[in-house]
Formats: sequence, C-alpha cells, structure tokens
Amino acid sequence: MYKALAEAISDAEARGVTLSEVALDLESRDQGRSIDEIRGSLRRALDVMRGAVEAGMTGAMRSHSGLVGGDAAKLVHSKAGPLAATPFHDILIRALAVQEVNSAMGVIVAAPTAGGAGVLPAVLTGLAKARGIPDEHVIDALAAAGLIGAVIAERASLSGAEGGCQAETGAAAGMAAGAATEMLGGTPRQAGHATALAMQSTLGLICDPIGGLVELPCVFRNATGSAIALAAIEMALAGIEFAIPVDEVIDVMGQIGREMDVRYKETAGGGLAATPTGRHLAKERLYQLKRA
Amino acid sequence: MVSLLDIIGPVMVGPSSSHTAGACRLGLLARGLVGGTPQTALLELHGSFARTGEGHGTDKALVAGLLGFRPDDERIRTALEIADGEGLEYHFEKTTIGEESHPNTVRMTVARGPRRSVMIGSSIGAGRVLVTEIDGYPVDITGNFYSIVILAEDIKGSIARVTRILSDRDINIATLKLTRKQRGGDAFIVIECDDNPGEDVRDEIRALAWVRWAMRLDKVSGG
Repeated sequence: MYKALAEAISDAEARGVTLSEVALDLESRDQGRSIDEIRGSLRRALDVMRGAVEAGMTGAMRSHSGLVGGDAAKLVHSKAGPLAATPFHDILIRALAVQEVNSAMGVIVAAPTAGGAGVLPAVLTGLAKARGIPDEHVIDALAAAGLIGAVIAERASLSGAEGGCQAETGAAAGMAAGAATEMLGGTPRQAGHATALAMQSTLGLICDPIGGLVELPCVFRNATGSAIALAAIEMALAGIEFAIPVDEVIDVMGQIGREMDVRYKETAGGGLAATPTGRHLAKERLYQLKRA
Repeated sequence: MVSLLDIIGPVMVGPSSSHTAGACRLGLLARGLVGGTPQTALLELHGSFARTGEGHGTDKALVAGLLGFRPDDERIRTALEIADGEGLEYHFEKTTIGEESHPNTVRMTVARGPRRSVMIGSSIGAGRVLVTEIDGYPVDITGNFYSIVILAEDIKGSIARVTRILSDRDINIATLKLTRKQRGGDAFIVIECDDNPGEDVRDEIRALAWVRWAMRLDKVSGG
C-alpha cells in the first residue's frame, strides 16, 4: 500500500482516476487477489456496518457496565435540535448507534479500530442515503478510506494505546472525510485536503475512557468525530485547502502520540477517566461487572 | 504490508480491535503452536492488556482464540464458560514483560498432551498482531499468512529439503526466517506461505529425521 497520501493522489491524477481506483489496483497487486474479491470483502463490511446501524437505532443495546446505550434512540425521536431532519442529524444517530453496538460486544467492522468504528459507517451510509448514492460507490469509498487508513498506520498509528484518541476517532474522521469527499464528486486532491482538515482538529485528542472500557466517552467521540468529518467535507468540496500537507499532518499526529503521557493512552490514568466522577463510575461499574 | 482489509476490518465482536479482535487472533496463533485447544494455558498480561483487559473482554477473547473462535464469533462473549466445558484450564496473571514491549502484549504458555509452547505476542492496533517470540526464539509473525514453524537440528541443507516439500505441493513462500540461539544449536524456522499448507505438508516435514517438531499456524488476519 502507499506510504504517502501525496503519492496516491499524484498517481490518481496522472491516470485521471479516483483514489478508490488506485487503492483497489494496488491492493489487488499487493495481496494477489482480484478486484472483484476485494470488493466482495468490502461489500460484506458494508452489510455489517448497516446491520450495526440498524441494531443500535432500536435502543435495545446496553454495554456490560450499563454506562452507555440507548442514546442513539433518544436522538432518533428528537426534533428539538438545530440539525433536526437534516442528514447531519441522521449521521449523528448512526455514529452513536454503531458505537453502542460495539460497547455491547455486538458485531461491527473495526474501521480503522473498534473504538472508532462509528464514524465511517455513519458518514458514508448517512450521506449515501441522503444523496441516493448506489452501494457500488459506497464500496469504492470504503476502498479509499482503507487507503487513507493504511497511510496513517504506516506513518503514525491507529492504536489508542500508542497514539491516543487522535489515532482512533481522529484517524476515522480523516478517513471518512477523504473518502466521502470523493464519493460526493470531489477530486483526489480535495479528498487529501478533507483528510487534513479533519485530522488537524483532532490533534492531541487523548484516549481517556472511564475504567478503560471502550464506552464513555468513545460513543460520543464517534458522534463528534463524524461532525468534524462533515465540516471537513463541506470545506474541501468548496475548494478550501489546508496549507500543511496531509502527510505532514499525519506525521505530527504520530509524533504527538509518541510524546503523549501514558496516562492519556487508553490506560484510564488521566483525562475523563481520572475525574472524581470518572473514578467513582469505574469503581462502581467494574465491581458490578465482576459480580455479574 | 498493510492491507486495505486490515483497515476496513476485521468484522468483529466489540468492543476493542486491539483488546478484543487482536487478542482473539493471538489466542488462535498460540492454539496453532500446540495443534488444537490447549488443556492448560497461563496468560500473562503486560501493559494496557493488564490494566484494562478485563473491561475490554481481553480475557474472553484470548480464551476464545485458544478455543479456535475467530474475531467475529459471537461465542466470544461466553468463551470463559465454554472453556470450562471444553476442558481448557486457563489462568491469568499480570506481569511486566519488558520496557520496550508494546503496551498490548501477552505471554502465553500453552500445553496440549506432550506439546508445550511459550509465545509472546502483541496487538499492535486495528486488530493487527505481531508474534515476537516463540519458545525463546525471536520471530516476527503477523498472522497475515499461513505459517509453518519448525524446530530442527541445525544441519546443512535443511532449508533446501523443507522448501522442496513446499514447492512439490505448489505452495509459494512469502517469507522465510531461520534463527538459532548459538552455532550448532537448534534452528528455528518460520515459513510464511501464500497458499494454505495442509496437515499432510506438516506431517511430511515432521517425518524428516532431524526435525524435532513442526506446527502449522492458520492465517488469522487479512482478507
């Protein structure tokens, strides 16, 4: 796979094709599998993503500890907010839904990770529904998202334990922003700027889950990560460019992750996990888990 | 090499790709080292695995892998209960393996019949794993390939003999690594294959007089 997004973008531009197409071509060569086979695997991923969205919207999923669950359903029924009845509102629901399913040990697609699994399905399936985009193009977008994620894995990290939440929901927002920009007709170059615009706003984001569980704030970080992705897509499609090249944004995310104190890397030693209420909830809920 | 399908995937039971899916894959690889569900397993957790493993279901996922369940198998949720029924006696401990070890690392000591093996592996993000040590020999096994793991006397021509068996079966080699603790000591050989070597291939390698043992590890990651 590519080691720099700039390289993939210039390949796509030189050939006059999309990032999805260069991603599928290279994956096919690297892995010795046909493009049809790869698309088949991505189709299965899309089906699982939609299944998780549906399951989460019912509001029936509860995490083991009981800390999260049921909030996607609350948003489904709410008309109070400024985004009510917009695709944006629907995308927030979808992000909460998938992440609630994940916290309840339901089946999801780690994209790129389980902790950040809500953003990509929310943004892609939400926009596809709003714009009537056929599944074939959503599958293309998943390939482009995979390419962007592979570059992030190569240059920085996709692990909260290594890089904090910026490497999970931040990376997911960058992947979703780039992939959806292209899905909505943007150029490979605009997709690169969308990724940069999304990731610049999650730099430094710590991983501080209550009790170390992928529950709180993870569920909400997926919703807000989706919102960041949407803002980035909106700007990139308008032709707005981010002056720091996307590969440098990714590099600095990796560097911040390496320099980040271990308390902020999934260990529940700092951030929200270490607040008085965070500690109290962890103690209470983990005790319940042990008794269950 | 990172695959698109490592990033858009795996399809898995939540809640954590590194603590649940990656842990399950490490369990699957350790299972392969003893050729089936172990009778006993000592699971020593390091770093974040030790600190937050319980709430992430790392314990369930590691045991699920030892039982042969894949990361998308919903039986992961009840793996600890299932292990009791399958005669797998497991024991967890918290440990520090080394300062330089990845934060999500486990040392697994597994035994099945006369076979016993010690494997150190890490879950390195997005469900990807890396096995770094088997029975004291340094390795780097990603689980992206089918692998043959061999401990043999360090004799001349051993590699040629083994690779001949693979080529006769039309199995292509992706990577091959031989290590040993000292000159004249046993050779530890890891061969990652593009194609799936069957148990017959493993048995043919086992039949070589100078091979102490050979095991076949499943492909646990990738598309």
